[in-house]
Amino acid sequence: MATSAAMLMPTGYEQLQLQLRSARAVCAQRITDLIGNTPLVRLRNIERSCRGVELWAKCEFANPGGSVKDRAALGMVTDAIARGELAAGITLIDSTSGNTGIAYSMVGAAFGIDVTLVMPENVSTPRKQVTCAFGTQIIFSDPLEGSDGAIVLARKIVEAEPGKYYYPDQYSNASNPLAHYHGTGVEIWQQTEGSVTHFVAGIGTSGTIMGTTRRLHEYSRAIRCFGIQPDDAMHGLEGLKHIPSSIVPPIYDESILDGMIWLPTDEGWDMSERLAREEGLFVGHSSGANVAGALRLAQQLTQAGESGVVVTMLCDRGDRYFAPLKWERNYVW
Amino acid sequence: MATVRIPTPLRKYTQGREDVVVSGQTVAELLENLESSYPGIRERICDESGAVRRFVNVFVADEDIRFLDNLNTPVGEADEVSIVPAIAGG
Repeated sequence: MATSAAMLMPTGYEQLQLQLRSARAVCAQRITDLIGNTPLVRLRNIERSCRGVELWAKCEFANPGGSVKDRAALGMVTDAIARGELAAGITLIDSTSGNTGIAYSMVGAAFGIDVTLVMPENVSTPRKQVTCAFGTQIIFSDPLEGSDGAIVLARKIVEAEPGKYYYPDQYSNASNPLAHYHGTGVEIWQQTEGSVTHFVAGIGTSGTIMGTTRRLHEYSRAIRCFGIQPDDAMHGLEGLKHIPSSIVPPIYDESILDGMIWLPTDEGWDMSERLAREEGLFVGHSSGANVAGALRLAQQLTQAGESGVVVTMLCDRGDRYFAPLKWERNYVW
Repeated sequence: MATVRIPTPLRKYTQGREDVVVSGQTVAELLENLESSYPGIRERICDESGAVRRFVNVFVADEDIRFLDNLNTPVGEADEVSIVPAIAGG
């Protein structure tokens, strides 16, 4: 009779599928085939203070659109096409603080679908520029209203012209967490060869943490999954949500999580800088927050005399957040 | 008296008001007067040393004060001052 550990190993068929997928990635039929299957990198210098614990991070910046959001965007678009809700002639519209917008724009361009995005006006200039490069139309919402203001405006636009748009609504679309259930969670299990003990990720739409947690808990209920939220409504962890003061994403279900880490902005920002200097990983602040949260867990394990394999996400690269230099502020590109 | 636009997370200090009228010749004076009218709000914008927190952006008439004269940036009578936090979620 097979042991439970043997039952959790990938089957021969699954291993073959994995090999086929990586073979396809070398020679892709279209750009969207390169989404997912991101490398897992060990953070050897950051983990040094945590004896007995390994820290690993998924390189989501290696997705073709440059962020973890490629996964959700592809899932939402392909599922909508399969249901017949999205086709050429219908415009995809959604609210986004940037990375999902870039992902929608890339996927839309690859599939021949027009994309309109509602963004708070204060999203970083590089992200506006990257989004526009794909031919996407941007509608700006009030920067003081944040991402919730963009959600409200997107809903108004769709209500005014319902036949014109397909509104995936990444905050309530089941395809968003499903992309992580079918992708991220499986990849982490296989890349760690089933040794993962903890998964930790910041909450934006909550798609990453919801989908990955559900999959990892199926593999083993002993894997502990933690969400990360900014410790305050007024924060600087771009991409993360302070749920108590926000519109709660309908896909978010706190009850499946094993715990929550409340992180100060400075701790996340400082970790972004450490990652660049000590690991050679120049990543954004949400990645810094994720690794800071992972490090907290790792330190707790070390203090308790336990070992572990803690996995988190590097959501995007740091160069997406460059502030304009003074001399180029009024430069017209 | 300049108009200060208050972001959603700080409106609990201003009894829900989106903008408030505050006096002050510079951003520093303006923040001081904002604190007297709405106690507790300044520490959400500035750190212990009094500098604007690195994740908070303050704009005077659409110009980021980091590119002007920081807290010493002059504020005109008719200027609109905006306090803009980072973007959250998705």
